[in-house]
Amino acid sequence: MLDKNGIAKRIAKEVQDGYYVNLGIGIPTLVANYVRDDIEVEFQSENGVLGMGPFPFEGEEDADIINAGKQTITTLPGASFFDSATSFSMIRGQHVDLTILGAMEVAENGDIANWKIPGKMVKGMGGAMDLVASAENIIVAMMHTNRAGASKLLKQCSLPLTGVGCVKKVVTNLAVLEVTSQGFKLLERAPGVSVDEIKNATDGALIIEGDIPEMDL
Amino acid sequence: MISKKVANVQDALKGVKDNMTFMFGGFGLSGIPENSIAELVRLGTKGLKCISNNAGVDDFGLGLLLQGKQIDKMTSSYVGENDEFERQMLSGELEVELIPQGTLAERCRAAQAGFPAVYTPAGYGTEVAEGKETREFDGKMYVLEYAFKADFAFVKAWKGDEAGNLIFKGTARNFNPNMCGAAKITVAEVEELVPVGTLDPNQIHIPGIFVKRIFQGAQYEKRIEQRTVRQRN
Repeated sequence: MLDKNGIAKRIAKEVQDGYYVNLGIGIPTLVANYVRDDIEVEFQSENGVLGMGPFPFEGEEDADIINAGKQTITTLPGASFFDSATSFSMIRGQHVDLTILGAMEVAENGDIANWKIPGKMVKGMGGAMDLVASAENIIVAMMHTNRAGASKLLKQCSLPLTGVGCVKKVVTNLAVLEVTSQGFKLLERAPGVSVDEIKNATDGALIIEGDIPEMDL
Repeated sequence: MISKKVANVQDALKGVKDNMTFMFGGFGLSGIPENSIAELVRLGTKGLKCISNNAGVDDFGLGLLLQGKQIDKMTSSYVGENDEFERQMLSGELEVELIPQGTLAERCRAAQAGFPAVYTPAGYGTEVAEGKETREFDGKMYVLEYAFKADFAFVKAWKGDEAGNLIFKGTARNFNPNMCGAAKITVAEVEELVPVGTLDPNQIHIPGIFVKRIFQGAQYEKRIEQRTVRQRN
């Protein structure tokens, strides 16, 4: 079974040379730490920066340079700043190659819910609805089950949707799954996790074909 | 040169009345029009309908207007970091409309650019699209979203000149350029107001035609919401 860093490490393998990538808050943010350093990748933050670098050294923080999580950041050579409409033109116009974000629920048809729990304080969807409605390549990073042990990979989302039929791949602490027209196709198992464990933790349709390899991290 | 310069924030906010709709630039606390907000607090203008990506924190940004119960409605994409906001929202004192961030930006730009509405894929199939017109283009579904109508847009830039030309810095740019000219009156406050001819016309982010009034802010706190650093090795 993987921890959050393990999930990020596995997703980092999906990041290819020449990709522009938007990372959501939480596990997705960790992906930047594991991207191979022999490829060129630029990270976009929807508040208006492309070419995000690491956090600044203490004393070098700049209130005018933050990411979408409102954290102070730095930029790398070749970086650019732009307004919010331009930022979402990059996203909506499918110029961003890969979007990685967290979720509360994913359905077997690729629906995603990650912004609202009825009855609880709603903070808002931020840029998530724009990202999921537009991106061609969306990977969800999340734990396979919630804190109560219930599956987060469902036949149908029970929470208000963020987007419909948009998720292509899900990487959890247990498995890598592809969203297909028949449901979640199991591609890989996390180290030490059996197919039965994945079956038991998945409520949506699960397709298992042949031997399922263990993740190569 | 058509001058947009006003002497101070008091002159810049002339005509501001209760129950108006205002746009505020900024993302989190970055690039917010600090001086205009402070003046609105001083004026005690009430019943405001505010369009802003976020709602500030309890003691800074739009949180200051919330403390004075000056805001009736917020249209935002993300409103997390504010206890007073949450209290007013849950008690029903404050109406909140949450919309996708890209839709917020585009409804500003539509107003700026003279488009009555735009089609966006964001929110299709979700509660955000309920009751709205939808349409299929090339096999994909889109939601019709209307341009905002606002009385004032309050924006903040790094540098500006008397002609109203603006240059922004870093990610403090965010929604500010999209709100310029998107309301009946655009008030730009700048950290540094320079003489005309000083700014390189090639480097102007927003031409002065989109700005009605410009002034140099008396002071800027530029508070950092999430100070995050790494250790030196």
